[in-house]
Amino acid sequence: MTTKYTEEHEWINIEDHEAAIVGITHHAQDALGDVVFVDLPEVGKSYKKGDIAGVVESVKAAADIYMPVTGEIVEVNEALRADPSLANSDPLGNGWFFKVHVTNMAEFDDLMDPPAYDALLKTL
Amino acid sequence: MSATEQALLKTPLHALHIELGAKMVPFAGYDMPVNYPGGIIAEHKQCRESAALFDVSHMGQLRLIGDDAAAALETLVPVDVVDLAVGKQRYAFFTNSNGGILDDLMITRRENDLFVIVNAACKDADTKHLITHIGHRCTIQSLPDRALLALQGPKAVDALSRLNAGVAKLTFMTGGTFELAGAECFVTRSGYTGEDGFEISVPETHAVALARELLACPEVKPAGLGARDTLRLEAGLCLYGHDINETTTPVEAALTWAIQKVRRPGGARAGHYPGASVIEAQLAGGAMMKRVGLVGLERMPVREGAQLFDAQGHKLGHVTSGTLAPGVNQPIAMAYLAANHALPSHEVYAEVRGKRYPMRVSPMPFAPHRYHRG
Repeated sequence: MTTKYTEEHEWINIEDHEAAIVGITHHAQDALGDVVFVDLPEVGKSYKKGDIAGVVESVKAAADIYMPVTGEIVEVNEALRADPSLANSDPLGNGWFFKVHVTNMAEFDDLMDPPAYDALLKTL
Repeated sequence: MSATEQALLKTPLHALHIELGAKMVPFAGYDMPVNYPGGIIAEHKQCRESAALFDVSHMGQLRLIGDDAAAALETLVPVDVVDLAVGKQRYAFFTNSNGGILDDLMITRRENDLFVIVNAACKDADTKHLITHIGHRCTIQSLPDRALLALQGPKAVDALSRLNAGVAKLTFMTGGTFELAGAECFVTRSGYTGEDGFEISVPETHAVALARELLACPEVKPAGLGARDTLRLEAGLCLYGHDINETTTPVEAALTWAIQKVRRPGGARAGHYPGASVIEAQLAGGAMMKRVGLVGLERMPVREGAQLFDAQGHKLGHVTSGTLAPGVNQPIAMAYLAANHALPSHEVYAEVRGKRYPMRVSPMPFAPHRYHRG
């Protein structure tokens, strides 16, 4: 299982633990509506799990992007900065937010697997 | 689900919104569509380029009946109602004793009454206010059995003319009675998007049929409250409870254009409305704060509540509405600024998440009004 989910409706794919990819889920982009702006973290900066690492703004509202795990930012999606609507059109692919060097695998293991996240969505 | 959610009211078009796939949100006690599957930006552009249909049935519709109704209403608004000709519509606001704005409203003089539209969140308080202060001079009748549709956009007239060609003769801020979808409707050529368009008061029994006829027109698509908000903000129009409220006066809100000469000092029916002394003093001497438009110089949305500073870090005011506008495609906002900074092209700094972003005082509307003045 390489992709897990947070209660804040973010996903993290850890195929490469030195550059695990983080984005928002379909549910998150649908709840936000048309995304018009993203504030991405600085490459090289380290965050703890739960820290606010960025902001995604739709026409209607702003929402924080939380770090799903502790780690250092190794890359951000410049294409998303240039075209924030990628977060709506392809949230699980080209609309990714940033990549993080994961140091504590236990934090990743604690996140929701796809069936658990699907179960969460059904309660909403 | 909380008790308040369960108690949400529904407009006569509620089931149609669900059928059309709307995302519903609570607004002023109603379960209302914020957008349909196309999203806010597409709906905004639809309205600017063609025609969009909005359900605004949550708003309050009232009749004021009696020979004395216009004179009575003038005791509550600093606006000329008495001289309003039959078929003409006018923007107004209820003031309180401090000159603050209790609500903003639209008044249309009809043959046998004044037809008044007020904000949803204020309608109960407004009705009580009217009954308390002028209920002895005229009859105040709520119209809860009528829905209100807004058809807005440059092609709104083409679409509505398919149902009744007579509407095309209306000009901006006039109204009349027309048969639409088999019902007698009261139609005004007005709205709150900055575009040409119509607001249609329709019996609730015929609201769905009328909406379906309009949505069947090739020019028309549905739009929700999200697009309504971005459209009115681009048009520089105030949203009650945000850009104006009971603590802001019409002078501070830059709404003095709505106070006709006849109600100002020296006019034949000057004063004699709540807060007249405060508003007259501000008309003569200015106010400390003033509502202005702001355009962001960086591509960062600045929203309601953001604080504004000068280059030295002195606080100058705050933002009351703001977004990254879909039409003009830049951050725009309305704000209250210290009057000496509320000057064209003046640069101020908005604080967003601890950082300050430059914005420039800009004339409003941000997008040009395109009303049909005939």
